Amino acid sequence: MVGKPLASIVSVGISKFGKRDGVYARELFAEAAKEAFERCPNLDPKHDIQALIVGHMGESYEHQGHTGPTLADWAGLTPKAAIRTEAACSSSGVALRIGIFAVLSGLYDTVMVGGVEKMTHRTTADATEFLAMASDYPFEQWNGATFPSLFALMATAHMHKYGTTEEQMARVAVKNHKHGSLNAKAHMQKEITLEQALNSRVVAWPLKLFDCSLITDGASCVVVTKPDVAKKFTDTPVHIVGSGQASGSIGLYEREDFTTLDAARLAANEAYDMAGLKPSDVDVSEVHDCFTIAEIIAYEDLGFCERGKGGKLVEEGVTALGGRLPVNTSGGLKSKGHPVGATGTAQACEMFLQLTGQAERRQVDGAQIGLAHNVGGSGATATVHIFRRG
Amino acid sequence: MTTLSNESFTIESFYRYVGEGKLMAAKCNKCGKVMLPPRPVCPKCFSKDMKWVELKPRGRLLTYTVIHVSPKQFESLVPYPLGIIRLEDGTQFVGMIRGVEQKDLKVGMPLIVDFEKASSGKPSEQTNWPAWPRYYFKPA
Repeated sequence: MVGKPLASIVSVGISKFGKRDGVYARELFAEAAKEAFERCPNLDPKHDIQALIVGHMGESYEHQGHTGPTLADWAGLTPKAAIRTEAACSSSGVALRIGIFAVLSGLYDTVMVGGVEKMTHRTTADATEFLAMASDYPFEQWNGATFPSLFALMATAHMHKYGTTEEQMARVAVKNHKHGSLNAKAHMQKEITLEQALNSRVVAWPLKLFDCSLITDGASCVVVTKPDVAKKFTDTPVHIVGSGQASGSIGLYEREDFTTLDAARLAANEAYDMAGLKPSDVDVSEVHDCFTIAEIIAYEDLGFCERGKGGKLVEEGVTALGGRLPVNTSGGLKSKGHPVGATGTAQACEMFLQLTGQAERRQVDGAQIGLAHNVGGSGATATVHIFRRG
Repeated sequence: MTTLSNESFTIESFYRYVGEGKLMAAKCNKCGKVMLPPRPVCPKCFSKDMKWVELKPRGRLLTYTVIHVSPKQFESLVPYPLGIIRLEDGTQFVGMIRGVEQKDLKVGMPLIVDFEKASSGKPSEQTNWPAWPRYYFKPA
């Protein structure tokens, strides 16, 4: 029995992801919001949208805090309530959950949920430092840890425990670049070869450049309503039928097992239970491939395969377009790009497009059930959402 | 009876001990949990009744990486290894590994915790980071 919808998505918007010189985060967000408004002619934004909930990670990039009302202003939504959520790379996964709470509570009928980050105008060293702020400061950052290095610690552990290989990780990159080449909004729309990935320079051994997602500028948003008003806006809504979130230790070093994210497993279980669905019911998913090893661990944490078998799953082509369970059809964080605050709702956008048959060249035929897995930091936050075609 | 106030079970106190060449953890007098880093309230049983315990600075490497792209404060050190160790008492800790080539790093290898005699002033001199003394891991 599939659970009843918690909330419904009636429109989505996503800016072009990439190196967007000369624009501010608020301008990127206005671009995404405008697309969501245009996609849904029955929506009167100033009348229907009652609040804005936006994920945004860092003030440091643009010396701009107080981003909730800033983004509402540029999206044309002032004076509606504007709420910012911050949970590192899962800032807008959390925003989506808050958006669900907002309509479930009965306080609002319709809200906009989104996220944004403007990153590429800063140096790689600066971006590396700002991103590292999502890890533990007095022990991890203090000892020179970076985000690639924290996921590299997981990769080394996964290789040691399960025999996962650098080649299997590289195959995640090759797959996601192929998917991204089919997405006009993706940052890098070009395919790469296995050799290119394996021979790219080391960032944090065993992770190389092509194991890492992209530093990207971008914004995304979804319009969330109560299920019983969704049909007022569109004949093809997408229902959110499961939502899970959990926390893990801020320091990776405290965890019992570095080959899994407890928070992601807990969030997945919560979402599956709420939806009355199991992993084998999922037709298409977007998972948090901030690093290639993270996608392999995600397969296992989401129950797409047994623990330790994630490398095999990508090797066998199961998760590629045309495979049994396509993962990251948008190109993922790896190729579409990872403007950290925008990522969670960008995943929800892709699920909306897939489940309404609008994913163009990357469409998974007949997809009914979608899943989005969004991780903050090294797994101190994880959200999982499950979507059903309306 | 504790001789130190609860406020003392802090990260600042931990680094003060590092400056004395000691790896100190908090131990909960109620449930026995050993906390590295120390915490003012036990996350397991919520007790504030703590005592300091000195940990044996020996452990084994659980996992490691070698960092080639770093924040600017650490650029003079690249490439540098970072690892997580399990100490003999069962707690886990993260730190840089010194004095070992990448090819000789192995999961499971024994490591000891060592301490700089005094704060080197680096890398915090370029930033507003605290000038804490440093601990690090090295081959046993």
